[in-house]
Amino acid sequence: MATTATATTTKLWGGGKSPFNVEYGKVMMWYFLMSDAFTFGAFLISYGTIRFSTNGWPDPNEVFRSFPFAPEGVHAPLVFVSIMTFILIISSVTMVLAVQAGHNMDKKRVVNNLIWTIIGGAAFLGCQAWEWNHLHHEGAWWGSNPFLNHDGTASSTNFTNYFFTITGFHGFHVFSGVIINIIMLIMTLADKFEQRGHYLMIEKAGLYWHFVDLVWVFVFTCFYLI
Amino acid sequence: MEHTTEHHEHAGGGTKEIIKVTVILTVLTIVELILGFWMIDIPLDSQSLRLGIKGTIVILMMAKAFYIVAYFMHLKHELKNLIMTIVVPLALFIWFITAFLYDGNSFRNLRNTYDPHFKEQSTIKVEKKEHGTTEKHEAAPVKEHGGH
Repeated sequence: MATTATATTTKLWGGGKSPFNVEYGKVMMWYFLMSDAFTFGAFLISYGTIRFSTNGWPDPNEVFRSFPFAPEGVHAPLVFVSIMTFILIISSVTMVLAVQAGHNMDKKRVVNNLIWTIIGGAAFLGCQAWEWNHLHHEGAWWGSNPFLNHDGTASSTNFTNYFFTITGFHGFHVFSGVIINIIMLIMTLADKFEQRGHYLMIEKAGLYWHFVDLVWVFVFTCFYLI
Repeated sequence: MEHTTEHHEHAGGGTKEIIKVTVILTVLTIVELILGFWMIDIPLDSQSLRLGIKGTIVILMMAKAFYIVAYFMHLKHELKNLIMTIVVPLALFIWFITAFLYDGNSFRNLRNTYDPHFKEQSTIKVEKKEHGTTEKHEAAPVKEHGGH
Protein backbone atom coordinates (compact mmCIF):
# COMPACT_ATOMS: atom_id res chain seq x y z
CA MET A 1 0.00 0.00 0.00
CA ALA A 2 1.96 2.94 -1.21
CA THR A 3 -0.52 5.59 -0.25
CA THR A 4 0.50 7.70 2.66
CA ALA A 5 -2.84 9.33 2.23
CA THR A 6 -4.35 11.68 4.60
CA ALA A 7 -6.15 12.74 1.48
CA THR A 8 -6.58 16.44 1.31
CA THR A 9 -9.90 17.84 0.28
CA THR A 10 -9.05 19.54 -2.97
CA LYS A 11 -9.30 17.89 -6.39
CA LEU A 12 -10.48 14.45 -5.39
CA TRP A 13 -10.27 13.17 -8.93
CA GLY A 14 -7.05 15.03 -9.70
CA GLY A 15 -5.03 11.84 -9.78
CA GLY A 16 -2.04 10.86 -7.76
CA LYS A 17 -4.08 9.56 -4.90
CA SER A 18 -6.75 7.00 -4.14
CA PRO A 19 -10.13 8.60 -4.90
CA PHE A 20 -12.01 6.53 -2.32
CA ASN A 21 -9.14 5.85 0.05
CA VAL A 22 -10.56 2.53 1.21
CA GLU A 23 -9.51 -0.94 0.24
CA TYR A 24 -11.09 -2.73 -2.68
CA GLY A 25 -13.05 -5.20 -0.58
CA LYS A 26 -14.75 -2.49 1.37
CA VAL A 27 -15.87 -0.62 -1.73
CA MET A 28 -17.26 -3.87 -3.09
CA MET A 29 -19.07 -4.55 0.19
CA TRP A 30 -20.67 -1.12 -0.10
CA TYR A 31 -21.77 -1.83 -3.65
CA PHE A 32 -23.19 -5.18 -2.63
CA LEU A 33 -25.09 -3.56 0.21
CA MET A 34 -26.43 -0.97 -2.20
CA SER A 35 -27.80 -3.70 -4.45
CA ASP A 36 -29.27 -5.40 -1.40
CA ALA A 37 -30.86 -2.12 -0.38
CA PHE A 38 -32.60 -2.02 -3.75
CA THR A 39 -33.86 -5.55 -3.24
CA PHE A 40 -35.33 -4.76 0.15
CA GLY A 41 -36.56 -1.44 -1.15
CA ALA A 42 -38.40 -3.20 -3.97
CA PHE A 43 -40.05 -5.54 -1.48
CA LEU A 44 -41.12 -2.78 0.85
CA ILE A 45 -42.32 -0.47 -1.91
CA SER A 46 -44.35 -3.31 -3.37
CA TYR A 47 -45.88 -3.86 0.07
CA GLY A 48 -46.65 -0.16 0.34
CA THR A 49 -48.21 -0.04 -3.11
CA ILE A 50 -50.52 -2.96 -2.39
CA ARG A 51 -51.44 -1.49 0.94
CA PHE A 52 -52.26 1.86 -0.65
CA SER A 53 -54.43 0.17 -3.27
CA THR A 54 -56.50 -1.70 -0.67
CA ASN A 55 -59.37 -0.27 1.35
CA GLY A 56 -58.68 -2.02 4.63
CA TRP A 57 -55.65 -3.48 6.35
CA PRO A 58 -55.19 -5.50 9.55
CA ASP A 59 -54.26 -3.65 12.72
CA PRO A 60 -50.68 -4.64 13.67
CA ASN A 61 -51.54 -4.10 17.32
CA GLU A 62 -54.11 -6.87 17.06
CA VAL A 63 -51.93 -9.24 15.06
CA PHE A 64 -48.66 -8.89 16.98
CA ARG A 65 -50.02 -8.82 20.50
CA SER A 66 -48.42 -11.82 22.19
CA PHE A 67 -45.08 -12.75 23.63
CA PRO A 68 -43.46 -15.98 24.88
CA PHE A 69 -44.84 -17.60 28.04
CA ALA A 70 -47.75 -15.17 28.02
CA PRO A 71 -51.17 -16.56 28.89
CA GLU A 72 -53.59 -17.25 26.05
CA GLY A 73 -55.36 -14.18 24.73
CA VAL A 74 -52.95 -11.67 26.23
CA HIS A 75 -53.06 -8.23 24.65
CA ALA A 76 -49.58 -6.73 24.71
CA PRO A 77 -48.96 -4.99 21.40
CA LEU A 78 -45.47 -3.77 20.49
CA VAL A 79 -43.85 -5.38 23.53
CA PHE A 80 -42.18 -8.35 21.93
CA VAL A 81 -41.11 -6.53 18.80
CA SER A 82 -39.51 -3.74 20.79
CA ILE A 83 -37.41 -6.34 22.59
CA MET A 84 -36.34 -7.71 19.20
CA THR A 85 -35.49 -4.20 18.02
CA PHE A 86 -33.34 -3.46 21.03
CA ILE A 87 -31.57 -6.80 20.73
CA LEU A 88 -30.57 -5.90 17.18
CA ILE A 89 -29.50 -2.35 18.09
CA ILE A 90 -27.33 -3.63 20.95
CA SER A 91 -25.74 -6.30 18.77
CA SER A 92 -24.98 -3.55 16.27
CA VAL A 93 -23.25 -1.57 19.00
CA THR A 94 -21.11 -4.52 20.04
CA MET A 95 -20.17 -4.96 16.38
CA VAL A 96 -18.95 -1.36 16.19
CA LEU A 97 -16.94 -1.99 19.33
CA ALA A 98 -15.42 -5.09 17.70
CA VAL A 99 -14.47 -3.06 14.63
CA GLN A 100 -12.96 -0.39 16.83
CA ALA A 101 -11.00 -2.97 18.83
CA GLY A 102 -9.75 -4.31 15.51
CA HIS A 103 -8.42 -0.86 14.64
CA ASN A 104 -6.42 -0.94 17.85
CA MET A 105 -5.22 -4.52 17.19
CA ASP A 106 -6.83 -5.58 20.44
CA LYS A 107 -7.56 -9.23 19.82
CA LYS A 108 -9.18 -9.95 23.16
CA ARG A 109 -11.75 -7.18 22.81
CA VAL A 110 -12.48 -8.19 19.22
CA VAL A 111 -13.24 -11.71 20.39
CA ASN A 112 -15.41 -10.54 23.28
CA ASN A 113 -17.47 -8.15 21.20
CA LEU A 114 -17.84 -10.61 18.34
CA ILE A 115 -19.19 -13.20 20.77
CA TRP A 116 -21.74 -10.69 22.09
CA THR A 117 -22.74 -9.81 18.53
CA ILE A 118 -23.25 -13.46 17.68
CA ILE A 119 -25.32 -13.97 20.82
CA GLY A 120 -27.46 -10.96 19.90
CA GLY A 121 -28.01 -12.24 16.37
CA ALA A 122 -28.93 -15.69 17.62
CA ALA A 123 -31.32 -14.19 20.18
CA PHE A 124 -33.00 -12.16 17.45
CA LEU A 125 -33.38 -15.25 15.29
CA GLY A 126 -34.85 -17.11 18.23
CA CYS A 127 -37.41 -14.35 18.77
CA GLN A 128 -38.33 -14.38 15.12
CA ALA A 129 -38.68 -18.15 15.09
CA TRP A 130 -41.00 -17.95 18.08
CA GLU A 131 -43.10 -15.25 16.45
CA TRP A 132 -43.42 -17.10 13.16
CA ASN A 133 -44.37 -20.25 15.02
CA HIS A 134 -46.95 -18.39 17.06
CA LEU A 135 -48.52 -16.75 14.01
CA HIS A 136 -48.52 -20.07 12.19
CA HIS A 137 -50.46 -21.63 15.05
CA GLU A 138 -52.99 -18.83 14.75
CA GLY A 139 -53.51 -19.83 11.14
CA ALA A 140 -51.33 -17.25 9.43
CA TRP A 141 -49.01 -18.37 6.68
CA TRP A 142 -48.33 -17.65 3.04
CA GLY A 143 -51.76 -17.80 1.42
CA SER A 144 -53.80 -17.77 4.60
CA ASN A 145 -54.77 -14.82 6.72
CA PRO A 146 -56.92 -15.34 9.83
CA PHE A 147 -56.92 -11.66 10.78
CA LEU A 148 -59.60 -9.11 10.01
CA ASN A 149 -59.05 -5.60 8.81
CA HIS A 150 -58.89 -2.81 11.32
CA ASP A 151 -62.51 -1.83 10.61
CA GLY A 152 -63.78 -5.41 10.94
CA THR A 153 -64.02 -6.21 7.23
CA ALA A 154 -62.49 -9.28 5.64
CA SER A 155 -58.79 -9.01 4.84
CA SER A 156 -56.87 -10.45 1.92
CA THR A 157 -53.84 -12.72 2.10
CA ASN A 158 -51.61 -9.87 0.93
CA PHE A 159 -50.93 -8.99 4.53
CA THR A 160 -49.49 -12.35 5.56
CA ASN A 161 -47.77 -12.92 2.22
CA TYR A 162 -45.81 -9.70 2.53
CA PHE A 163 -45.15 -10.16 6.21
CA PHE A 164 -43.66 -13.64 5.89
CA THR A 165 -41.76 -12.87 2.70
CA ILE A 166 -40.11 -9.69 3.94
CA THR A 167 -39.40 -10.72 7.53
CA GLY A 168 -38.26 -14.07 6.17
CA PHE A 169 -35.85 -12.42 3.76
CA HIS A 170 -34.56 -10.23 6.55
CA GLY A 171 -34.27 -13.20 8.91
CA PHE A 172 -32.24 -14.99 6.25
CA HIS A 173 -29.89 -12.00 6.18
CA VAL A 174 -29.56 -12.11 9.95
CA PHE A 175 -28.79 -15.81 9.70
CA SER A 176 -26.06 -15.20 7.09
CA GLY A 177 -24.72 -12.38 9.25
CA VAL A 178 -24.44 -14.68 12.26
CA ILE A 179 -22.60 -17.26 10.10
CA ILE A 180 -20.24 -14.56 8.80
CA ASN A 181 -19.58 -13.35 12.34
CA ILE A 182 -18.86 -16.89 13.51
CA ILE A 183 -16.35 -17.24 10.68
CA MET A 184 -14.79 -13.93 11.73
CA LEU A 185 -14.58 -15.19 15.30
CA ILE A 186 -12.86 -18.39 14.22
CA MET A 187 -10.42 -16.45 12.05
CA THR A 188 -9.66 -14.07 14.90
CA LEU A 189 -9.07 -16.91 17.32
CA ALA A 190 -6.79 -18.55 14.74
CA ASP A 191 -4.71 -15.34 14.67
CA LYS A 192 -5.38 -14.86 10.97
CA PHE A 193 -5.74 -11.09 11.33
CA GLU A 194 -2.71 -10.75 13.58
CA GLN A 195 -0.70 -12.42 10.83
CA ARG A 196 -2.15 -10.09 8.21
CA GLY A 197 -1.39 -7.12 10.39
CA HIS A 198 -4.88 -5.68 10.16
CA TYR A 199 -8.49 -6.43 11.03
CA LEU A 200 -10.07 -5.00 7.87
CA MET A 201 -12.09 -8.18 7.36
CA ILE A 202 -13.98 -7.46 10.59
CA GLU A 203 -14.91 -4.05 9.19
CA LYS A 204 -16.50 -5.61 6.13
CA ALA A 205 -18.42 -8.10 8.24
CA GLY A 206 -19.41 -5.15 10.39
CA LEU A 207 -20.79 -3.26 7.41
CA TYR A 208 -22.96 -6.22 6.54
CA TRP A 209 -24.18 -6.60 10.11
CA HIS A 210 -25.10 -2.92 10.39
CA PHE A 211 -26.97 -3.18 7.13
CA VAL A 212 -29.05 -6.00 8.60
CA ASP A 213 -29.85 -3.73 11.55
CA LEU A 214 -30.67 -0.91 9.14
CA VAL A 215 -33.14 -3.03 7.22
CA TRP A 216 -34.82 -4.03 10.47
CA VAL A 217 -35.39 -0.34 11.24
CA PHE A 218 -37.47 -0.15 8.07
CA VAL A 219 -39.21 -3.51 8.47
CA PHE A 220 -40.06 -2.76 12.08
CA THR A 221 -41.60 0.59 11.15
CA CYS A 222 -43.49 -0.60 8.09
CA PHE A 223 -45.03 -3.74 9.60
CA TYR A 224 -45.34 -3.18 13.32
CA LEU A 225 -45.69 0.56 13.90
CA ILE A 226 -47.50 2.07 10.97
CA MET B 1 3.67 -2.97 14.99
CA GLU B 2 3.97 -2.57 11.29
CA HIS B 3 0.37 -2.44 10.24
CA THR B 4 0.63 0.13 7.52
CA THR B 5 -2.96 -0.02 6.44
CA GLU B 6 -3.81 2.82 4.17
CA HIS B 7 -6.56 4.28 6.23
CA HIS B 8 -6.22 4.73 9.90
CA GLU B 9 -6.76 8.33 10.78
CA HIS B 10 -10.39 8.80 9.93
CA ALA B 11 -11.67 11.66 11.98
CA GLY B 12 -14.05 10.66 14.72
CA GLY B 13 -15.15 7.15 15.50
CA GLY B 14 -14.11 7.06 19.13
CA THR B 15 -15.89 5.25 21.92
CA LYS B 16 -17.54 8.52 22.90
CA GLU B 17 -19.18 8.78 19.51
CA ILE B 18 -20.38 5.17 19.69
CA ILE B 19 -22.02 5.78 23.05
CA LYS B 20 -23.59 8.99 21.80
CA VAL B 21 -25.08 7.29 18.74
CA THR B 22 -26.30 4.36 20.85
CA VAL B 23 -28.14 6.76 23.14
CA ILE B 24 -29.63 8.63 20.17
CA LEU B 25 -30.83 5.40 18.55
CA THR B 26 -32.34 4.21 21.81
CA VAL B 27 -34.14 7.49 22.41
CA LEU B 28 -35.47 7.59 18.84
CA THR B 29 -36.75 4.02 19.17
CA ILE B 30 -38.44 4.81 22.48
CA VAL B 31 -40.13 7.87 20.98
CA GLU B 32 -41.31 5.71 18.07
CA LEU B 33 -42.75 3.20 20.50
CA ILE B 34 -44.48 5.91 22.53
CA LEU B 35 -46.09 7.18 19.33
CA GLY B 36 -47.03 3.61 18.45
CA PHE B 37 -48.68 3.04 21.83
CA TRP B 38 -50.46 6.37 21.56
CA MET B 39 -51.83 5.43 18.16
CA ILE B 40 -53.48 2.26 19.53
CA ASP B 41 -56.13 4.32 21.30
CA ILE B 42 -56.81 6.76 18.49
CA PRO B 43 -59.99 5.81 16.60
CA LEU B 44 -59.84 5.11 12.88
CA ASP B 45 -62.03 8.12 12.09
CA SER B 46 -59.47 10.71 13.13
CA GLN B 47 -57.52 10.01 9.99
CA SER B 48 -55.42 13.14 9.83
CA LEU B 49 -54.10 12.65 13.35
CA ARG B 50 -53.20 9.03 12.60
CA LEU B 51 -51.56 10.10 9.37
CA GLY B 52 -49.59 12.78 11.20
CA ILE B 53 -48.29 10.27 13.75
CA LYS B 54 -47.37 7.83 11.00
CA GLY B 55 -45.50 10.59 9.19
CA THR B 56 -43.62 11.45 12.36
CA ILE B 57 -42.69 7.80 12.83
CA VAL B 58 -41.35 7.68 9.27
CA ILE B 59 -39.24 10.79 9.89
CA LEU B 60 -37.83 9.21 13.07
CA MET B 61 -37.12 6.06 11.06
CA MET B 62 -35.13 8.07 8.52
CA ALA B 63 -33.18 9.69 11.38
CA LYS B 64 -32.33 6.26 12.78
CA ALA B 65 -31.24 5.09 9.34
CA PHE B 66 -29.02 8.16 9.01
CA TYR B 67 -27.28 7.53 12.34
CA ILE B 68 -26.68 3.86 11.58
CA VAL B 69 -25.25 4.52 8.13
CA ALA B 70 -23.30 7.65 9.04
CA TYR B 71 -21.70 6.52 12.28
CA PHE B 72 -21.99 2.76 12.70
CA MET B 73 -21.20 2.11 9.06
CA HIS B 74 -18.75 4.96 9.23
CA LEU B 75 -19.88 6.54 5.97
CA LYS B 76 -19.75 10.06 7.35
CA HIS B 77 -16.02 9.77 7.92
CA GLU B 78 -15.24 8.44 4.44
CA LEU B 79 -14.13 10.58 1.54
CA LYS B 80 -16.79 12.58 -0.25
CA ASN B 81 -16.28 10.49 -3.39
CA LEU B 82 -17.29 7.31 -1.62
CA ILE B 83 -20.23 8.98 0.11
CA MET B 84 -21.55 10.27 -3.20
CA THR B 85 -21.16 6.97 -5.01
CA ILE B 86 -23.36 5.35 -2.35
CA VAL B 87 -25.89 8.07 -1.62
CA VAL B 88 -26.63 9.42 -5.09
CA PRO B 89 -27.94 6.12 -6.56
CA LEU B 90 -30.08 5.60 -3.46
CA ALA B 91 -31.77 8.93 -4.20
CA LEU B 92 -33.69 6.97 -6.83
CA PHE B 93 -35.78 5.72 -3.94
CA ILE B 94 -37.40 9.12 -3.60
CA TRP B 95 -38.89 8.72 -7.03
CA PHE B 96 -39.68 5.01 -6.59
CA ILE B 97 -41.61 5.57 -3.39
CA THR B 98 -43.50 8.62 -4.64
CA ALA B 99 -44.45 7.04 -7.95
CA PHE B 100 -45.47 3.64 -6.66
CA LEU B 101 -47.45 4.82 -3.65
CA TYR B 102 -49.21 7.40 -5.81
CA ASP B 103 -50.02 4.66 -8.28
CA GLY B 104 -51.36 2.36 -5.59
CA ASN B 105 -53.52 5.10 -4.19
CA SER B 106 -54.84 6.02 -7.61
CA PHE B 107 -55.68 2.38 -8.33
CA ARG B 108 -57.70 2.20 -5.11
CA ASN B 109 -59.60 5.38 -5.97
CA LEU B 110 -60.36 4.14 -9.47
CA ARG B 111 -61.67 0.85 -8.19
CA ASN B 112 -63.77 2.52 -5.52
CA THR B 113 -65.27 4.73 -8.21
CA TYR B 114 -65.81 2.26 -11.02
CA ASP B 115 -65.91 -1.19 -9.39
CA PRO B 116 -69.00 -1.52 -7.17
CA HIS B 117 -68.08 -5.08 -6.21
CA PHE B 118 -64.69 -4.01 -4.85
CA LYS B 119 -66.27 -1.16 -2.96
CA GLU B 120 -69.00 -3.37 -1.51
CA GLN B 121 -66.58 -6.11 -0.45
CA SER B 122 -64.65 -3.66 1.62
CA THR B 123 -67.67 -2.52 3.60
CA ILE B 124 -68.99 -5.93 4.66
CA LYS B 125 -68.16 -6.56 8.27
CA VAL B 126 -67.21 -10.08 9.23
CA GLU B 127 -68.57 -11.55 12.43
CA LYS B 128 -65.86 -11.80 15.03
CA LYS B 129 -65.75 -14.86 17.19
CA GLU B 130 -65.14 -13.58 20.68
CA HIS B 131 -66.38 -10.09 21.31
CA GLY B 132 -68.08 -9.19 18.05
CA THR B 133 -71.44 -8.12 19.40
CA THR B 134 -72.22 -4.91 17.60
CA GLU B 135 -71.40 -5.94 14.05
CA LYS B 136 -73.80 -4.66 11.49
CA HIS B 137 -74.37 -6.43 8.22
CA GLU B 138 -75.15 -4.19 5.32
CA ALA B 139 -75.41 -6.38 2.26
CA ALA B 140 -77.49 -9.52 2.23
CA PRO B 141 -75.13 -12.34 1.22
CA VAL B 142 -72.26 -12.10 3.65
CA LYS B 143 -69.36 -14.11 2.45
CA GLU B 144 -67.76 -15.40 5.60
CA HIS B 145 -64.42 -16.30 4.10
CA GLY B 146 -61.30 -15.58 6.02
CA GLY B 147 -62.67 -14.52 9.33
CA HIS B 148 -64.12 -16.82 11.93
